[in-house]
Amino acid sequence: MIKKKYIQFIALAVLSMIMTTSCERDVSDDAVLATFPSNADVYTDNPVGLTDEFFISFNPADGANPEGFGTDQNEAYVGTSSIRLDIPAPNDPDGGFIGGIFKDRGEGRNLTEYDALTFWVKASRTALFDEVGFGFDFELDKYTVARTDIQLSTDWRKVIIPIPDPSKLIQEKGMFFFSTGTSSTDGVGFTIWIDEIRFENLGTIAQPQPRILNGENISQQGFINVPFQLTGLTQTFNTESGRNVSVNAAPSFFDFSSSNPGVATVDEFGLASVIGEGEVTISASLDGVGAQGSLSLNVEGGFNFAPDPTQPAENVVSIFSDAYQDIPVSRYNSFFEPFQNTLGGVVPVGPESIISYTDLNFVGIVFNDVTFPSEAVQPVNATNLTHLHVDINVQEAIQANDRLLLQLTNYGASETVGSFLISGNQLVEDQWVSFDIPLSDFSGLGDKNRIGLLLFNSEDGPNNPTISNIFLDNIYFYTE
Amino acid sequence: MKINKDSKLNMMKYSSIFLLILMCILSCDLDETQEVVTLDNLVWADEFDIDGAPNPEHWNFEIGDGTDQGIPGWGNNELQYYTDRPQNVKVENGVLLITARQESFQGNNYTSARLTTQNLFEQKYGRYEARIKVPYGKGYWPAFWLLGNDCDVNPWPACGEIDIMEFLGDEPTSVFSTIHGPQYSGAESISKAYNLENDRFDTGFHVYGMEWSPNRINFYVDDVLYHTLTPEDVDEETNGAGNWIFNDRPFYIILNVAIGGNLPGNPNSETVFPQSMVVDYVRVYN
Repeated sequence: MIKKKYIQFIALAVLSMIMTTSCERDVSDDAVLATFPSNADVYTDNPVGLTDEFFISFNPADGANPEGFGTDQNEAYVGTSSIRLDIPAPNDPDGGFIGGIFKDRGEGRNLTEYDALTFWVKASRTALFDEVGFGFDFELDKYTVARTDIQLSTDWRKVIIPIPDPSKLIQEKGMFFFSTGTSSTDGVGFTIWIDEIRFENLGTIAQPQPRILNGENISQQGFINVPFQLTGLTQTFNTESGRNVSVNAAPSFFDFSSSNPGVATVDEFGLASVIGEGEVTISASLDGVGAQGSLSLNVEGGFNFAPDPTQPAENVVSIFSDAYQDIPVSRYNSFFEPFQNTLGGVVPVGPESIISYTDLNFVGIVFNDVTFPSEAVQPVNATNLTHLHVDINVQEAIQANDRLLLQLTNYGASETVGSFLISGNQLVEDQWVSFDIPLSDFSGLGDKNRIGLLLFNSEDGPNNPTISNIFLDNIYFYTE
Repeated sequence: MKINKDSKLNMMKYSSIFLLILMCILSCDLDETQEVVTLDNLVWADEFDIDGAPNPEHWNFEIGDGTDQGIPGWGNNELQYYTDRPQNVKVENGVLLITARQESFQGNNYTSARLTTQNLFEQKYGRYEARIKVPYGKGYWPAFWLLGNDCDVNPWPACGEIDIMEFLGDEPTSVFSTIHGPQYSGAESISKAYNLENDRFDTGFHVYGMEWSPNRINFYVDDVLYHTLTPEDVDEETNGAGNWIFNDRPFYIILNVAIGGNLPGNPNSETVFPQSMVVDYVRVYN
């Protein structure tokens, strides 16, 4: 509404100006409402219309290497110079990757008449360019677009980065963005040359296939006041080569809709807020084309999270917790065959996650290099650790003979198993109970230098499971 | 969409054609001489205005995967099974839809449709035109083409084939026209592509046409004439081994969408099913 009034005001002003200055003349070309400049070039032989910094690096504190960026007067696809990136090794003291942006020096550009950002690129060896795009301006980063894992050749190749919906880009400052390390070359540094960066109207960018949640239809439990960030947002076009090109597209390119706004709403940043009980499906479209993928939530109330852990991170080795950085774990549900019935595993609850097991008889969390050799991870050296913490929330009525046996296996020179029994009367239906179990209470555990399996067993004798449905959270070893 | 190809002004709009003509004048190269005959008397048309199955007085169906016809895979290792089911062919909202689907059917993984005017409309010479929007993606091979009506006694390629429009789904900016005859068939056929600049064929309708007169076949897209063939071209292309067989017999019209096989290659994970070839009209003028 504000904009409309503004236009009306301008029109009125222009009209009155014409009235007062001339009675004959037609509306001059100057009376057209101002738009932002639409110059297409970003880099030819020089940066075009960019800020004085030209290249604005990502934060070196995050590992970005600002030293490897420059121009090369001896290499060019067209003209006399190109941009040169010397991609550092991961352990380079100046930073292990190169990334940053080019930013328009003015108020931004009108890119609505273009359908792609294009450039020419070659490299000193075949490799992957991790991420290239535009729309990052280190201000709002509203209409970000990134294409990932672009195959680099030792000859010049043209790269096309389609614009998901050009009509959105009426004032864009983020002209170019890239970020790459050496993950595709096993840590070996290499050189990338980039030339002739510009926005183009190719006319051959067609057949859009937008997706949210990577095109999957996800259905899960939702909880009041637990938001859900929609991810996996992409736009795919078919290009002149006949091949599809996909880019990651910012949520603001999409129009989200909620089938039941009384249960959940979505903002322009793709954040679904859950506000009521009931069922809701979140879907999206991009430039009028329905996106593949949807989120269906069944909301029956709020979620009762486990208490926040209080141990300092430096004293913790975390198996599963949103409060700490977890160590690599090969499986949160062991699916041991043939006697394990337990289903479930890690379940996201808004931005956090818990473990939910159903049909429990026994189940292991596997973090060793023995049980599943193809998924080997390092077991925990708990020699200097004193306790195991776990939060347990039983999702059913507690029965008299309920029990939960916790077992730790140490994969030392000989395997030893330590057991700790939790009885039903220590647990409460639908409430979190926190356990801090001294490792010395796991009877039968010998060495603690290679602990690699945590088993939960509810069986009261063979084939007689007791507790069937539990939530777990905050499973970690620590030193008191 | 009426074409007025002998209008000089119209030709002038297309600098490439103008350049060709200029080259012709300068070089007197017989191959590139573009004489056109103007055929404006409408003798047969299907405007696809009545919803439902295609008009049986205009169209036959070829059914199956070619096995019954003695050419499994229709001679090109194509993957589709042609049906006359409405899922594969129907008239709706003023257009004919030939729809290719990925489904298990009669031992094949794809279904589609192939319509012909055999025994219903066959003619020697004339101007043949269809307004078509093509599907896209690896494996799609839509076509608008003619076959000689005596292939059962003069087996292909002796009976002749005139391909007015063929499109490969993974080359979205290109269509091509082709003639086949003895000594110039299949991979040795005489063909020419027409490419769009800054545009592609699968995003809109285009008119694909062929004007056929004694000793001359002209192919055009929209109002651009891009391919002219005469007996001299056949002679040159085949080093004297092939003959012009297009003054000898009536031909009939075929519309189809093939999937996979030797020419387009098979569909890949990016290929979208189902998709349709959309035909606004087919018209024949004398």
